[in-house]
Amino acid sequence: MKDNQGPLWEIFLQKKAGQPYVHCGSLHAYDKEMAIQNARDLYTRRQEATAIWAVPANAIVASSPEDIGPFFEPANDKVYRHPTFYQIPDAIGPM
Amino acid sequence: MENNKFESQFEAKLANNDVIEPKDWMPENYRKHLIRQISQHAHSEIVGMLPEGNWITRAPSLRSKVVLLAKVQDEGGHGLYLYTAAETLGVSRDELLDNLLTGKAKYSSIFNYPTLTWADMGAVGWLVDGAAIMNQVMLQRTSYGPYSRAMIRICKEESFHQRQGYEIMTRMAFGTPEQKAMAQDALNRWWFPSMMMFGPPDAESPNSENALKWRIKRETNDQLRQKFVNQTVPQAEYLGLTMPDPNIKWNEDKKGYDYSDPDWTEFKNVISGNGPCNKERLAARNKAHNDGAWVREAANAFAKKRKEVYEAA
Ligand SMILES: [Fe+2]
Ligand SMILES: [Fe+2]
Repeated sequence: MKDNQGPLWEIFLQKKAGQPYVHCGSLHAYDKEMAIQNARDLYTRRQEATAIWAVPANAIVASSPEDIGPFFEPANDKVYRHPTFYQIPDAIGPM
Repeated sequence: MENNKFESQFEAKLANNDVIEPKDWMPENYRKHLIRQISQHAHSEIVGMLPEGNWITRAPSLRSKVVLLAKVQDEGGHGLYLYTAAETLGVSRDELLDNLLTGKAKYSSIFNYPTLTWADMGAVGWLVDGAAIMNQVMLQRTSYGPYSRAMIRICKEESFHQRQGYEIMTRMAFGTPEQKAMAQDALNRWWFPSMMMFGPPDAESPNSENALKWRIKRETNDQLRQKFVNQTVPQAEYLGLTMPDPNIKWNEDKKGYDYSDPDWTEFKNVISGNGPCNKERLAARNKAHNDGAWVREAANAFAKKRKEVYEAA
């Protein structure tokens, strides 16, 4: 059998409950259990997380940088989606 | 024509201090340069575990043992962050490891020097990690995203490495006369090899020009070396130790210390495989890899079998 390091996994950490999961890096592991254990040893040696997600790298679907312009273009001209677009009388105070 | 368009976009990004991400178009030479640099960096972290690993079982107290163990474990982690950063450029982990184990790949010359006494654990943390940090702080702003992110994580972990080394140095330097002599001897042996860690002088550094142009590096080898000297001399003075270079003296004009260059012939020799420990280091890595083969095989077979069972169900 060809020697190998196992498939690639992307690792996401949640620092504490209530916070979003944030991508921190990747690693190799042969299965789910090992992916979680390796992630603990590699990415949480200093209490960086209280929860871990490990995702097979080949399961991730990504947008492609070539059409970054047209792909995100629909949001470009929609200033009315932001609160500052609207005028509220000064007398009303913060809203 | 199409390539030209991509190339000017790439260059505009660099000029704008934007970060290049794995799926972005990049010139082939940029990719090659990064693979070489990041994988050499990764190999250095992995081989760098060996000189300090040598003292774990002989650490003089339980405290120093857990500290050294944690530091060496961090270095292993650094190697793994960097291998995955290199893999985003399209090279496989197996290939990278193979290049290290067959001696095809280079790693930092510093790890081919022996660690002879406990004081060397002080000198390595203080000087070797100190020099590495100087380089890595710069690399946090490198133009390639995955490399930059690995460096930010590494720098957070590194600061304890240098501090624990300097703490050992203070204990030795302010200890018995024998301990102070050991500290001086460690400084004498590690100073010039540490100075070599920044690479050849700017005038003779073949890869520097591209690295600066592509913003992979942001300071030259000599600039970083000068910073390292400026940082280290007062730290040695505090310890009451003598710098092993009679040419070190303050230069008011450049607001920095004058110093002698290390012996670049020795540097070339060590880099090309003829340092005091090159063979030993490579043999140790190969032994560890081969001794672990049955674990990888078993884990692989187990994962495969479980997947078959799962898919059949
Ligand atoms: Fe490191
Ligand atoms: Fe370190």
